[in-house]
Amino acid sequence: MHIIEDGNAAAALGVRLCRPQVIAAYPITPQTPVTEKLSEYVEEGSLSAQYIPVESEHSALAVCIAASSAGARVFTATSANGLLYMHEQVQWAAGARLPIVMCVVNRAVGAPWNIWNDQQDSISQRDTGWIQMYCADHQQILDTVIKAYWLAEKVSIPIMVCYDGYILSHTFMPFDLPEARAVDAFLPPFQPEYALNPREPANLNTVTLPDVRMDVHGELAHGYMEIRYLLQEDLRLALGAAAEMEKRFAGVFGREADPYLEPYRCDDADFVAVGLGSLTYQLRVSVDALRAEGIRVGVMGVRFYRPFPDEAIARALTGKTGVIVFEKALSYGYEGALASDLKSALYEYLGGTGRLPTVQNFIAGIGGREIHTQDLTDTLRAAIQARVSKEPAWIGLKL
Amino acid sequence: MGTRHYRRKTSHSEHGPGDGGRTGSWRVERPVFDRNLCIPCKRNKEACFICWLFCPEIVISRTIPPTVDLEYCKGCGICAEECPTKAITMVDEAKFAEEDKE
Repeated sequence: MHIIEDGNAAAALGVRLCRPQVIAAYPITPQTPVTEKLSEYVEEGSLSAQYIPVESEHSALAVCIAASSAGARVFTATSANGLLYMHEQVQWAAGARLPIVMCVVNRAVGAPWNIWNDQQDSISQRDTGWIQMYCADHQQILDTVIKAYWLAEKVSIPIMVCYDGYILSHTFMPFDLPEARAVDAFLPPFQPEYALNPREPANLNTVTLPDVRMDVHGELAHGYMEIRYLLQEDLRLALGAAAEMEKRFAGVFGREADPYLEPYRCDDADFVAVGLGSLTYQLRVSVDALRAEGIRVGVMGVRFYRPFPDEAIARALTGKTGVIVFEKALSYGYEGALASDLKSALYEYLGGTGRLPTVQNFIAGIGGREIHTQDLTDTLRAAIQARVSKEPAWIGLKL
Repeated sequence: MGTRHYRRKTSHSEHGPGDGGRTGSWRVERPVFDRNLCIPCKRNKEACFICWLFCPEIVISRTIPPTVDLEYCKGCGICAEECPTKAITMVDEAKFAEEDKE
């Protein structure tokens, strides 16, 4: 059934279809409507879940960690400083291998205080061991929530479903709301590999020594380092599981997509713009305009940011003359994190071949600064003509 | 032999000796019992056992005389602190270095 709703509703409707058993969240702009809608669903009885109000985001994720450890399917959502306040628990959830799904409604972080959209919040959580998926429209928000539960439970790794605040969260768009039975066919009830059991008391993630040790059963158990290595190993293997996820999703819902990338007019392109989230859809307008001028350019959205699909990205960009990375976040003191990661992937696969494309980096929309499509078009055209830039340039900066 | 085939990918410990590793290696002072002062030893009866009750590592036995599992005793000294007759003395591990070699 096609409906017209905002992006936060798309997320909440997707969550309801996944039948979470425990929801804990603390409201923060622009995520608030997600928590409001889910609490309404629980109140009216259209979602059978425990909705646990908490006093902070740190507690919200702590509740999800506890409930997930007990074998429940859980959900939370946050934005910006709320996500930063969770940071300790964010790391914990990954190390504890709990399949938590959390929507991150992307918003700028303080200081100075700002409630508008950029992606500094989720990008700053890049190295926490979570899977990060980015959405470019409302259908992707709903679908990604459903896919995220399947993948998180498949690989026992938590997932952030990231979408742009306001631009997606508060705008209305038509999208297909799937039937509950289709979602049930795709996503079976959560069968935890391990769940807390009062009859078999245990300490989870207590002090874990640097070296391996004999457990009480006389088996050699992991040290801290083995547990952390297995997280990294399984994150890399999650790239393969994501391909299976897309295949299964297409089989049930008929919407087929590349699990990692979303290219637009890239096949014959000499130059490719790359970005995360809704910005890549705006860039399609610029690409069309430049194509009309005879410039062979395309745009590619990165949907799966961690684990980083390095091979897919390198393959997609092989043979291109130049890559222009647009970002709504920055690794302060250097450049955009996506630009760094992308260059690393290109070097890994094309280094020494003499076929490395040039890579330029532009920062846009920080703290909700309006991104004019004409500015993107002009920036892209100038970048293609100049093909050099040492430092990332900030689009629309008025200094 | 590594832990590749261990049944979990997380840190999980169950009640039992040694699940936090061989913590006896942390010890710098060892509890030594004076049987002339220890109540169950003196009376040859199951009595007192305050040391057993307070030991946070459950390494003191509820026996006559009480014994300490030095494999896991961290040497925290709580037993010596709590003993009502001051029968337990914390002795520098260096003193035992020679006899342990023998």
